[in-house]
Amino acid sequence: MAEERRQKQCSVVLPTESMKAMAESVGVGQLQEDSCVALSEEVSYRIKEIAQDALKFMHHGKRRKLTTSDVDNALKLKNVEPLYGFQSQEFIPFRFASGGGRELHFYEEKEVDLSDIINTPLPRVPLDVSLKAHWLSIEGMQPAIPENPPPATKEQQKSESTEPLKVVKPGQEEEGTIQNKTQGTTATDGKGKEKGMIRLKPRSTHELSVEQQLYYKEITEACVGSCEAKRAEALQSIATDPGLYQMLPRFSTFISEGVRVNVVQNNLALLIYLMRMVKALMDNPTLYLEKYLHELIPAVVTCIVSKQLCLRPDVDNHWALRDFAARLMAQSCKTFSTTTNNIQSRITKTFTKSWLDDKTQWTTRYGCIAGLAELGPDVIKTLILPRLSVEGARIKAVMEGPVVSNIDKIGADHVQKQSLLEFVIAKIRPQPDNVEQYRSDYGYLGPMLCSHVMKARTQAALQAQQVNRTTLTITQPRPTLSVSQSGLSGSSGPRTPSIIKVPSSLTLMSPRPGTPSQPSPPATKYIVMATSAGAASTQQVYVL
Amino acid sequence: MAAVQGGLVDASEEKDIKTEPSSDGCGNNDTNDARPLSTSPGSNAPGGNAKTSSGSTEEQQTLLAVLQFLKKNNLTESVEILRREAGLPEDSLDLKGSDSSGASSGGSAGGVDGVGVDASALLSRVTVSSSAGVQAPMKTSGEDQPDVNVVLSAYSQQGDPALYETYYSGLKRFIETVLDCHRAELSQVFYPLFVHMYLELVYNNHENEAKSFFEKFSGDQECYYEEDLRVLSSLTKKEHMRGNETLLDFRTSKFVLRISRDSYQLLKRHLQERQNNQIWNIIQEHLYIDIFDGMPRSKSQIDAMSGSLAGEAKRDANKSKVYYGLLKEPEIELPLDDEDEEAENEEGKPKKKKPKKDSMGSKSKKQDPNAPSQTRIPLPELKDSDKLDKIMYMKEATKRIRLGPETLPSICFYSFLNAYQGLTAVDLTDDSSLIAGGFADSTVRVWCVTPKKLRKVKSAADLNLIDKESDDVLERIMDEKTASESKILYGHSGPVYGISFSPDRNYLLSSSEDGTVRLWSLQTFTCLVGYKGHNYPVWDTQFSPHGYYFVSGGHDRVARLWATDHYQPLRMFAGHLADITCTRFHPNSNYVATGSSDRTIRLWDVLTGNCVRIFTGHKGPIHALAFSPNGKFLASGATDGRVLLWDIGHGLMIGELKGHTDTIYALRFSRDGEILASGSMDNTVRLWDSMKAFDDLETDDFTAATGHIHLQDNSQELLLGTYMSKSTPVIHLHFTRRNLLLAAGAYNP
Repeated sequence: MAEERRQKQCSVVLPTESMKAMAESVGVGQLQEDSCVALSEEVSYRIKEIAQDALKFMHHGKRRKLTTSDVDNALKLKNVEPLYGFQSQEFIPFRFASGGGRELHFYEEKEVDLSDIINTPLPRVPLDVSLKAHWLSIEGMQPAIPENPPPATKEQQKSESTEPLKVVKPGQEEEGTIQNKTQGTTATDGKGKEKGMIRLKPRSTHELSVEQQLYYKEITEACVGSCEAKRAEALQSIATDPGLYQMLPRFSTFISEGVRVNVVQNNLALLIYLMRMVKALMDNPTLYLEKYLHELIPAVVTCIVSKQLCLRPDVDNHWALRDFAARLMAQSCKTFSTTTNNIQSRITKTFTKSWLDDKTQWTTRYGCIAGLAELGPDVIKTLILPRLSVEGARIKAVMEGPVVSNIDKIGADHVQKQSLLEFVIAKIRPQPDNVEQYRSDYGYLGPMLCSHVMKARTQAALQAQQVNRTTLTITQPRPTLSVSQSGLSGSSGPRTPSIIKVPSSLTLMSPRPGTPSQPSPPATKYIVMATSAGAASTQQVYVL
Repeated sequence: MAAVQGGLVDASEEKDIKTEPSSDGCGNNDTNDARPLSTSPGSNAPGGNAKTSSGSTEEQQTLLAVLQFLKKNNLTESVEILRREAGLPEDSLDLKGSDSSGASSGGSAGGVDGVGVDASALLSRVTVSSSAGVQAPMKTSGEDQPDVNVVLSAYSQQGDPALYETYYSGLKRFIETVLDCHRAELSQVFYPLFVHMYLELVYNNHENEAKSFFEKFSGDQECYYEEDLRVLSSLTKKEHMRGNETLLDFRTSKFVLRISRDSYQLLKRHLQERQNNQIWNIIQEHLYIDIFDGMPRSKSQIDAMSGSLAGEAKRDANKSKVYYGLLKEPEIELPLDDEDEEAENEEGKPKKKKPKKDSMGSKSKKQDPNAPSQTRIPLPELKDSDKLDKIMYMKEATKRIRLGPETLPSICFYSFLNAYQGLTAVDLTDDSSLIAGGFADSTVRVWCVTPKKLRKVKSAADLNLIDKESDDVLERIMDEKTASESKILYGHSGPVYGISFSPDRNYLLSSSEDGTVRLWSLQTFTCLVGYKGHNYPVWDTQFSPHGYYFVSGGHDRVARLWATDHYQPLRMFAGHLADITCTRFHPNSNYVATGSSDRTIRLWDVLTGNCVRIFTGHKGPIHALAFSPNGKFLASGATDGRVLLWDIGHGLMIGELKGHTDTIYALRFSRDGEILASGSMDNTVRLWDSMKAFDDLETDDFTAATGHIHLQDNSQELLLGTYMSKSTPVIHLHFTRRNLLLAAGAYNP
């Protein structure tokens, strides 16, 4: 493997196209191929040389990141005028453009209006350098203060939970010194018997300091209290603070117990607050939640499929809670599902099973469909769509039959709405949308689906044209927007199917290849947009 | 190569090997050079300048031609010098390059050398030294890199490029089949051979062969050469070779290998049987094989010592005596101590013990046999304020905590906030009252970490007004209006990479990317001197523990010793093959240690300017050095994340501390030397049991004599603690006089 890497090192050379592009940019029109090759080799060599020198400056600057000033300094070493105007703390975004069969990466220089700069008020002066002292260690022990890192990183938490025999206190890794002797008892007890270890371990990790106890009390009170501003602050703290792992068991118990009690009492508000806590916990990058999923997932699933979540099911919007919890579930499936715990398949099974049951309440049905729908197009395609006609019949029975109860009717109505997955269907169905076809495929829901899909498609086309005008040829390396192109319409050749991953779990597939009846435009472009809200309803697929 | 007599005689017997005489000469030259030349280490470099393709008579003729040329241009002095250097007789110009003249001249030189070698070997020695001296002035093109052409021309000789791979793989096969005990030793040959063969191919414009050669065999090289291989891989054209520093290093310095006699004979026999001249030539020309008698070394032994840019240190490079003992402390403490003792009569017990307890004090009573004489280098005389400071030091020392594995020091961390990744250097005064930071924005900032504020001296006009006779004149000269917790020093025009307080806290040194070292006054907070000499970035600077002197080292590969009152350096320490990355003074001020990007550490004698120790073993640029307080040991940390411990007296590696995962930027011994603290880019401070590391070491005569170390892997036992900071790389460590550990770094959110 090392050999492979080195081979690459040896042969990495700038493409000759770059030479041509650069030559053109300075007014040299026709550059011969030979000169291009010679130039690119020379230029590559010089660039490597400068990069090596720049690394020296990085090392002496005690940094891990190479900056533009390092390159400037390296150039100065070689007695070359540095490149001015590239002062940047972070990376310089290169943009990519293609056209006319060529691909280019370039640095976009915006025209700057001087008067704008002059007229804008000065930015705040950056804070001056200051010096702050704290105790990193007191006689060998690291005090737990905010200035010190959280006692355990995510990796450590993970290794602690997965490799119980190697339990070490963070900061004092495996050395047979005094610090370990305090823990030595646990280590020897559990020798050979992992179960014993697991049972013994929590004793040490669950001790909370007075400050932590206070914090825990404040946070939990704020989270379920009445003041929204306080709650937002508390949730922010849960989502960002690095040192919470010791409180994690308590939080998870708090949530699971809270859900249990409040489902019985039908306290919708509290359930929503608790789900927001789950979301905040999941957002915290320093927490290793895997250990507490057994408490959190039941709580979340309860909030999706429970028969009754509120006192007045006909008025209260418990549907929103179900949607929110379903999204949480999908997120945790995505982050925590592994081949060993199989969360996703287990959850899917649970949902399907209760959905298939005839006696299930409409509320639960709604939850099941919502939960499944969040799990992505594959699940929708294989599990929901085939059942749509059956479900349609059921809805029809309620909507058009004799009124059984208001609650049922509302429930059926919501299930119907939820079942209209026009965006997904728009993707997987070939184009001419035929009402009859839909009716035969999806039964009662068919016509409604058909109209929704058609609406979605026109909307998509409309928006795509707008997008087309502005950013068709240039794509920006931003995480929120990704555009895939098969080159301009002039370039021909087989189009390779592409799968674009968008952050919020939506996977796009290229159209089913080869539908001859379909009058498709010469080259199809797909543009996926995901707005910051990230919900499924804001993601749109447009087909030109 | 033929550095050792045995090898030399053997080599000269093999007449069928074409270049043998000239390379013999090189070896001879090197052994002779070891002492006389080291006064100007720079001249060590052109060791292998001989045009080896030419036969000895041809070289003789060249020499004569040069002489004639000089004579024609009326450069009589040069002629004299050259003739004297070459050992040619007065009338050699008239003898048209006959062999007899060579022999006679060789004879005269041989007398000087006192080594029994045959005439042709000596002759070639003559030509070698002369060509080194003469070629450079002969060149009319004013290149600043002196002998690029000469250096490169050594590659002009070539064999069939297609056969290189065959040669190399043939040797590889041979080495793979030799006995296990020899294999590790002979494998050392691979890397330098690989590099030189590749360079030869490149030099002779066989680009494609070079590429395929590189691709085929680069994977076999030891992983610690990867950096160099990367440089090498980018070099694919002859034009690139000009001005490439790595390449020049490789050519100007011979790659040193240590091989046991048995293994060497084995290799030689093989190459001669196969008539493998290509490889043999390279070995003769570019390698220095240090042959020793005895058991071949094991793979781990070799790995411990290799990794530097130019192979291991020659054994005789570390043979000279180093006075590593401490200087006698001036006896000033007694009169003042008495009154002190009365003041604290209740605690009389520790007071009495003090002189014994303080290792420095007790040692100073009788002269340490390993210590240099007090006047070996002139040191500044102690001022009254220094004496007061010494007394403070002694007092503090009595309150010092004795550290050990059971009592670890507390660590106080100074975080630089809002530094925006710009903190590049930190230093603390010995009494831990001031902390200074050097920044990428070319400023130097000084903070006072005690409640006392920093004040400037009043302006000259105001100073005139004060009563100079009053007792508190020192207090009166300070301007209260300027009191603040920190001061900023402006003057540099590039990032400040090195910073050092003077021991008396009156001055501050800073070295910068702009190529200067600046001396700042901490009384007026202004720049006093800009020392110009390094034309390239100066990576590090440090005051001598006795003040007055300081050392600096930078990108120009030369460390300079300065005195604060001279604007030109007193000594230039040249010899490193790459940037000097860190510099440290020995506690007795007689020696300077420098660490370099060539992955070696050198110890220089301040008095003579000689390089007295070369330590190899690091696998990356060295960024931290620390002397133990007793002056016996040196610790070094590098980008490879390892700390190596060295015994200065024996010139041996005595320990390896593994644990860090990133560059080590800070190393410091506790005041009594029991604990070594290391700080790294991986945001941790680690504490090591240095006492144990030094005690475990057995320096039997054999180890000392051969320099073959056998390190045990006990890093985990020696590691006493790891303390993680919150995304704050540790770039400086300092033990206060009471053994509290201070760490510093910039917080990078």
